[in-house]
Amino acid sequence: MTAAVALQDREVAVDEEGYLVNLSDWNEDVAKTMAADDSIALTDNHWEVINFLREYYAEYQVAPAIRVLTKAIGKKLGPEKGNSKYLYELFPYGPAKQACRYAGLPKPTGCI
Amino acid sequence: MAKVDFKVPAVEEYLKTPELQPGAMAKSAPFKAAPRHQEALGFPGELVEDWERRAVAKLADLLKKYRSLRVHLDACVKCGSCADKCQYFLGTGDPKNMPVARQDLLRSIYRRHFTLAGKLFPRLVGARDLDPSVLEEWYGYFHQCSQCRRCSVFCPYGIDTAEISMAAREILDEIGIGQKYCNEILGKVHTLGNNLGLPAPALANTLEGLEEDVKEDTGADVRFPLDVQGAEVLLIAPSADFFAEPHIDGLIGYAKVFHQAGVSWTLSSYASEAANFAMFIGNYEQMRKVALRIRKAAIDLKVKRIIVGECGHAWRVAYSFWNTLAGPFDFLDPRYPVPQHIIEFTHDLIERGAIKLDKEANDHMRVTFHDSCNVARATRMGARPGGQFVLPREVIKASCNHFFDMAPETIGEKTFCCGGGGGLLTDELLELRVKGALPRMQALREVHKEHGVTHMAAICAICKSQFSKVLPYYEFPMETIVSVHQLVSNAIQLGKNS
Repeated sequence: MTAAVALQDREVAVDEEGYLVNLSDWNEDVAKTMAADDSIALTDNHWEVINFLREYYAEYQVAPAIRVLTKAIGKKLGPEKGNSKYLYELFPYGPAKQACRYAGLPKPTGCI
Repeated sequence: MAKVDFKVPAVEEYLKTPELQPGAMAKSAPFKAAPRHQEALGFPGELVEDWERRAVAKLADLLKKYRSLRVHLDACVKCGSCADKCQYFLGTGDPKNMPVARQDLLRSIYRRHFTLAGKLFPRLVGARDLDPSVLEEWYGYFHQCSQCRRCSVFCPYGIDTAEISMAAREILDEIGIGQKYCNEILGKVHTLGNNLGLPAPALANTLEGLEEDVKEDTGADVRFPLDVQGAEVLLIAPSADFFAEPHIDGLIGYAKVFHQAGVSWTLSSYASEAANFAMFIGNYEQMRKVALRIRKAAIDLKVKRIIVGECGHAWRVAYSFWNTLAGPFDFLDPRYPVPQHIIEFTHDLIERGAIKLDKEANDHMRVTFHDSCNVARATRMGARPGGQFVLPREVIKASCNHFFDMAPETIGEKTFCCGGGGGLLTDELLELRVKGALPRMQALREVHKEHGVTHMAAICAICKSQFSKVLPYYEFPMETIVSVHQLVSNAIQLGKNS
């Protein structure tokens, strides 16, 4: 089953949970549109998370552990922001799932 | 916390039997597996043409293989003891979530095809024909059972609802209707070795990061070894321990315990998963295939012992089924339990004074313990009956000064499921998960009020993730849930055994 996210100039296919079917369809507009659908306006801090997720995925073909993510964000945005509480403020549905979706990564699976 | 499009049940002073709400959860169903998820496991990609014949043939096959299933389907006298014992009934009020009614969804088909009365006078004995609406009902309601077996404790005949749910899911898979969450994950275990789909380099990177963190926190060189041949112990942890919080704090705890005990250990990148979701879908061959990965890893790494981390149903599979699925484990050191639970390992070290714990390190917490369903009702720990209840509590009490149990009818063998077990820990079932958590939240609220309890410890990756998600719906912070070895990690004295 597929649905689509409507961008200005085209539509991209997403699965029933809203994750991209083809990861190569991603661009910044995809992230912005997905976030807007959740009534979230992406700030620079959101982008730090999204960009880190994409870099990590490019290297390891999987999303980083929450702790790896919080550590990286702490280094970039300051130690007071290097914790999952802050990430939940940015991504209320959970940094692992919501941020991965905006970043065009597959949904992390398992007992998480 | 995400937006809510359902009503979170009110937590009252006492847990009430809800008013019946027929059909309240009729629309609840997890996403179905795509053909590629199904075919990777050898199941048909989509509904087969002769599904009715194949479903009945599969039920016949299961009845032949498992005489227990026939007993469970025959024995029910509709006494109603189980009716108000299921957290999903208590949370949703949907009468089909009474275990007896959920079982009857399969029992009615069994009667039609496998009993004389059902063949001759179906309507008199509650027998019915299989039709597409039955399949939908099966799919919806057998995914509203977490296979926790609380109802079985109260059943005078000991009917095992979990076994009936597993059989129903197995029949559905056989005719091409699978659940995406479980079946996609099983495919990842077969190819990458874990539920997360974590490739070996990512695992190695995560573990290196943990070594740095622990060094920074404690100054100690605590290792997180991966694929080390000749280590004494192979640790099989749920892959959530590498990824999620508070799971990872438990993993740090295991590592500190091994470090301080001076026991060499290793993780395996080939068998980097304790969970065995094949149990949830009732498929023996899949369960065996997943278990055999662990056997192979143990042989290849030449370890002498296997220890299982904090994962509820993994301990059921390991304790109850490994020996026949993947045994004999005669290549392991017979002086130690095969397999051993990390709680047993740590408990033994504490008893012998081989590790020292400073309880004051956890003085900021007032702790209770959630017994995980599979550990509680399908396994044991230590040498004495009931050890699975005693040992985790003794480890907690050795790690912190303030421990308080929840109400007796909600713990031990009568524990409630967290609401996310049995393959239900998926986002599209959030309403079911939140509502199913009601009885546990009620018990937690009580000890919070009475004893100021701030934290609830657990030894199951599913419980930890489920509670992280649902606690905020009941106005508890998500950090309320902790790993038992997180408490140990806070309290353990590194480098000071005497």
